[in-house]
Order: sequence, then structure tokens, then C-alpha cells
Amino acid sequence: MTKHPHPNPPPLRGRGSRLRPLQKHGLMPEGRIPSPAKRGRVREGAFGLALIAGLFTSPAFANLAYVSNEKGNSITIIDTDKLEAVKTIKVGRRPRGVELTKDGSELFICAGDDDSIQVLDTRTLQITGKLPSGPDPELMALSPDGKTVYVSNENDNLVTMIDTATKRQIGDVPVGVEPEGMAVSPDGNILVNTSETTNMAHMIDTRSKAIVANILVDARPRFAAFKADGSELWVSSEVGGTVSVIDPVKHAVKQKISFEIPGLSKEAIQPIGISFTKDGKRAFVALGPANRVAVIDAETKKIEKYLLVGQRVWHLAFTPDEKYLLTANGVSNDVSVIDTASLKVVKSIPVGPFPWGIAVAPK
Amino acid sequence: MRQILVLVGMLILARAALAEPLAIKVGVLRETHGRETISILDLPAADDTLAGALLGAADNNTTGKFTNQSFETIDAQLGEGEDAVAALDRLTAQGARVVIADLAAPRLSVAAERAKASGALLFNVSAPDEALREEECRANVVHVAPSRAMLADGLAQYLVWKKWTRWFLIKGSHPEDEFLASAYRLAAKKFGAKIVEERVFEDTGGGRRSDSGAVQTQRQIPALTQGAPAYDVLIAADESEVFANYLPYRSFDARPVAGSAGLVPTNWDGAHEQWGAQQLQNRFMQNHRRAMNARDNAAWLAMRMIGEAATRTGSGDPEKLRAYLVSPEFSIAAFKGVRLTLRPWNQQLRQPILLSDGRMTASVSPQEGFLHQTTELDTLGRDRPETKCRLK
Repeated sequence: MTKHPHPNPPPLRGRGSRLRPLQKHGLMPEGRIPSPAKRGRVREGAFGLALIAGLFTSPAFANLAYVSNEKGNSITIIDTDKLEAVKTIKVGRRPRGVELTKDGSELFICAGDDDSIQVLDTRTLQITGKLPSGPDPELMALSPDGKTVYVSNENDNLVTMIDTATKRQIGDVPVGVEPEGMAVSPDGNILVNTSETTNMAHMIDTRSKAIVANILVDARPRFAAFKADGSELWVSSEVGGTVSVIDPVKHAVKQKISFEIPGLSKEAIQPIGISFTKDGKRAFVALGPANRVAVIDAETKKIEKYLLVGQRVWHLAFTPDEKYLLTANGVSNDVSVIDTASLKVVKSIPVGPFPWGIAVAPK
Repeated sequence: MRQILVLVGMLILARAALAEPLAIKVGVLRETHGRETISILDLPAADDTLAGALLGAADNNTTGKFTNQSFETIDAQLGEGEDAVAALDRLTAQGARVVIADLAAPRLSVAAERAKASGALLFNVSAPDEALREEECRANVVHVAPSRAMLADGLAQYLVWKKWTRWFLIKGSHPEDEFLASAYRLAAKKFGAKIVEERVFEDTGGGRRSDSGAVQTQRQIPALTQGAPAYDVLIAADESEVFANYLPYRSFDARPVAGSAGLVPTNWDGAHEQWGAQQLQNRFMQNHRRAMNARDNAAWLAMRMIGEAATRTGSGDPEKLRAYLVSPEFSIAAFKGVRLTLRPWNQQLRQPILLSDGRMTASVSPQEGFLHQTTELDTLGRDRPETKCRLK
């Protein structure tokens, strides 16, 4: 792969640049990179932590991102102003999807191997309880009013609806095989679930809890996202290698976006996470083992650029000011920081083993 | 309440889709596999292969609720010496024109010849023979199971990556063992390994397991493997399960074993859990109370390919399904990290090869650095320029 240099190799600065030789030789260790420079950094992080600890009682001071480490059974907390990890907390087994409540007071964590969704108090950093999900929860979506969280349960082909205040289940909807991606329309009326083996986006009326449309997309759809104005729904197909652009009113795929990266086989390009800017003008799509994030003009659907990030990039999240986009890189155990103005990868932040999901606290 | 909701949902769907209900019957034509296995863990279950097809049909039917399609599995198990043609005719009479075939090469060829009459499409889920995909290839057979060359190449790439390039090959005395040994010879040549010695293990008949068998085996295997030139890995070519599993820990030299025992190249193993495979393993275990084996998985995948083609074409007609499957539009997810597609020139499913020690997936080929201009999956097995297949 690295035998074919990327036409526009993004300048990786600081620690980011050290990733490249490791990636090249496939020697990236499972744990953190055991270099002296890194150890120094950890100590600095620990020192920073002492300072930050006081701030946790008033989170407004630091803006935080929460990264789930699938194999670390932990959440790494990143200060998005300083762009460094400030704390790691132990959570349930195989944490993947993470979602913050609208006020940022609670983080919901899908702990798949514990068959539960844990609730983390973001002030005390204690697990305060769990949500009654079905087995093996993987991804969630929150209703715009923050009152309901929708959960995909991979093992029993169900989407579960949970009241965030009472923490009670208020309904479930049978969907296709291996439900995964979840999205809610900006008006809160339509819930979208993607089923990985059925290869459909199921559109569900949130009030009647009935499926109103099933839209076929390419193989193994993993993630769904609405544009902020609700005009388009994008669904990424990991194995199919495409993003389907869906008209949510007509319930039809109006376009498919595919990706081509010189020197990479088609099979290596596996779209997963999608993030839109609030103005709906630009989209970022994580391409999994292609180790790149595609920058797409969300209006023309033209791919502007491919940004080289860490290995097996899963999910993405913007900082609240959209200055940075953070990417969770499953195999290289880090979070890449993309500067959205210059479209450059400016930093790589080491986190725990197999980072997967990412959520950024509201400002 | 939930049922009502489902009903409402389905009514809306049915109206929206305007699809006529489509019932697709899929036959499972399967041999009874021998109980002569070295390990008790490898004894075939009564629902061997069938269970995979049933799970695939259940997955397809969940999708079918939304597309107004249903999939029915019809089992046709052959006893020893029973006629595959008669069984295929019975399946045809029951309306199954798509058939998952778990048959050894001679029976598969006979069944495929017969299937011409009814226009049935067969999915080969177990026969690894190169000839079926090359000189004797047929338009009405889709190969879901990997060929011997694909399996041997998958293992060879890993051994070369490990720099274990001096191989000591022991083959069994059955004709298929020679086919497999030949695949290893070609793989060695293709990827730059060397077979430093070749020996034959004669099958003298008799049972595989006995109460005190271990005592004798412990003495026989060192003698069999003694005096070989320096080698890195002992490769067993033993499709009839006569000796391969006796080799690990018993060889004269302390060397790893690969091939038919030890590190085994396969399309599936009950221990594989990467890329979401855990979900498929869970579903299978829940429904069938045992681990999914390679034949079950190939049958599941064949059923999923049928389901996928039916969903996309809105048809159960074998010719339409086949046309879709060989087209560039077709790809399928099978919990192996990449999409699988068909080689249009001989209808072989492209797929990664798992290297399993029976407890874990040790690695998955193609290995890093083995490049190909079309798809790295085509570094496994015979490629288009080498093919002798002319589909008819």
C-alpha cells in the first residue's frame, strides 16, 4: 500500500509523523507506542490531568471528547482545546457506540459484551446506571429533543427506544438482520436504522413506531447521517464501498458516491463514519482500512481530497466550533485531528486499544 | 402490540413496494460425510451443511419480510451409493431450481449435467477440485467453496511471509491427496518456497480412533518423519483424514505442521470472530447448538448469495440470478473483512482464506505485499490468464 505514495501526502506534524514508518511496516503494536518520547508525553498528560481534575467540576472550562476503546474496555477523554488525552476511565466490556445527552451531563456507552448501555456521569466520571437495551448494543442515536435514545441491537434484529429521563424502554421495532447504523431526522419524525446483512436503510416513524420505507443500499451498511436541514440522508456501505445519498421524502437512493484511491484496492476502501458540517456544504467520510478520510463537497458530491489518518478509521466527530474533526483509528490506537479550514491532519493523539466511537461535548 | 406494528409496517411496505409475493425454493443436495475422522470434534453432525443453508434462509427471510420474498429450504440427503440424479429430479419436481450442492466432484458433475434439462443452477459448497473450475467448468455451477489452489496459495503466502520457505510435504495415498499435494507444489513455485522432501503416508485401512491408539501413533510418526533434509514446516496433504492430525507434536523434528492439520487453510472455522463474524457464529450456535463448520458456512453463504441476487433482481429465476451474480454489480459481505465477488470466467467466489489452528484465526490471506492489478483476492488460486475454463 505504501509502495504507492498518495498524490497529496498530507504533512503530519509532531507525533503524527511517527506513525508513518510504523504503519508502513505493519508493526503498530496493540498498546501504546513504547517510545521514550511517548512516555514523556504520558507523564505530561498525567500532570495535565492533575490540573484538569479541578476542571471536571466545571466542565465549561475545557471542551472534551470521549473516545471508546473497543479492546481497552475504557473511555479516553480528550481536551479538544489542548488536543491531548487527559484521562482514561474503565467502563464495561467492548465499548463501541457513545452518545452524549444534549446537555452533556451524561454519556451513554454501548458495552456490547456486557449486553448493556452504561450511563456515565460526565461530572463525577462515575458509572451511575444502565439503560435497558437488548443484547449486544452497538450504536445509538438521540432524538433532537434529547428525550429518547434509539439503540440498534445486533443480535436480535431489533431497534430499541429508551426514555432518557426515566431510563425505561418505550418500544422496539423489528428490522433487518444485524441492525447497526442509527440516525434521526432533524425534525425528530424519522428514525433510520441500517441492517448490515439485509443491506437496507429502514425508515421508521418515531411516533407510530412503524417502518414506513425500506431502502436497499450496498453491502453491509454501517452508518447513517442526515444533513442538518434534513434534505438528504447518507448511508455508508462498508463492504459495498459506497455512500448512498437518499432522498428522505421520496424514499429513494438518488446517487451513490464511490471512492478511488491510487494504489489501494477497491476492497480496502470501506466507508464507515460520516460527518456533515452544520451548513451542509461539506461531508467527511471515514474509509476504514484505507486509512483515509474523504472530504466531499456535499452539494456536488465531488470528492475534494483524501486525508491520510491513522489505521482503520471508524467514527468521526467535530469539535463544537467545527474547527477540528476528530477520527477514531481502530488499529493504530490513536485519534487523528483534522483541521477543517486547511484540510490537513495536524495531530495524532494516542488513546487506548482499538478506539472505535467518539462523541464531543457541546460547548 | 408489536405484532400490530409489524403488520402495519408490512402493509405500508407491501403497498409501497407493489411487489408480488415471491417464494423461492432452494434444494440442499448433500452427501452423508464419513464418520472416519481422526478427531472426535470433526464428526459430521446430522444437519451438516443443511444447518448453514437454514440459517441463510432465515437471514434471507428477515430481509424478505421487507421485499415480499420468502425462501424455503428443501433437504435431499444422499446415502452411500444413492443416485444424485434421482435426488435432483425430486428437488426439481418440488419446484427447487436453485440447488446448494454438497457433493464430491464425480457426483457434482453428474448432477450438473442433469440440471441442464431443468435449467437449475447449482452452488458447489464443498468440492475443491480444480478440474470442476477449469477443464470441466460449467455455466450452471457457481463455486462457493474455495479450490485446492486457493487454499494452498492462502497458506503458502503466510508461510512465505513468515520466511518458512523450506517445506517437507507428506501426502496421503488417495487420488485427492495427490491433487492437494500438486496444489502445494504449484503454490511453492508461485510464491518462492521449496519442497525439500516429499513422502507418502499409505492408507492401510482401518479405523482412526481407538482406546490406546495414542501409544502406537507416538512411535510411528517420529519414524515416518525422521531423516528429512532441513526444513521449516511440515505440510500434510490428507483430505481423507488418515494421518494429518497425528503429525503435530509427534514429528521427529520440532517443526510446526500446516495444511490438513496444524495451521489449516479454510473458508471458515468455528473459532473465527473477526469482522462481525461473532454475530454469525452466535446466530448459528443459538439455532443449531453446535459450531459452524466450513461446509455450513459455504451453504450459508450460497443461500445469502441467492438471497442477495433475488433481492436485487426481484426474481427467483436461475438464469437471472446467475446473470446478476457474475455481473460487476454483485458483491457480498461474509464476515471476512472485504467484499466477495465472482470470477466471471469460471464462477468461482473470490474470498480471503482463513488460516486456523482450530482455536483461533491465526492469520487471513491474501497477505500484505502480495499485489494484483485487479484485486488482491486473485493472488489466490488460478487467475484469468491461466484459466482453461470455457463456460458452457
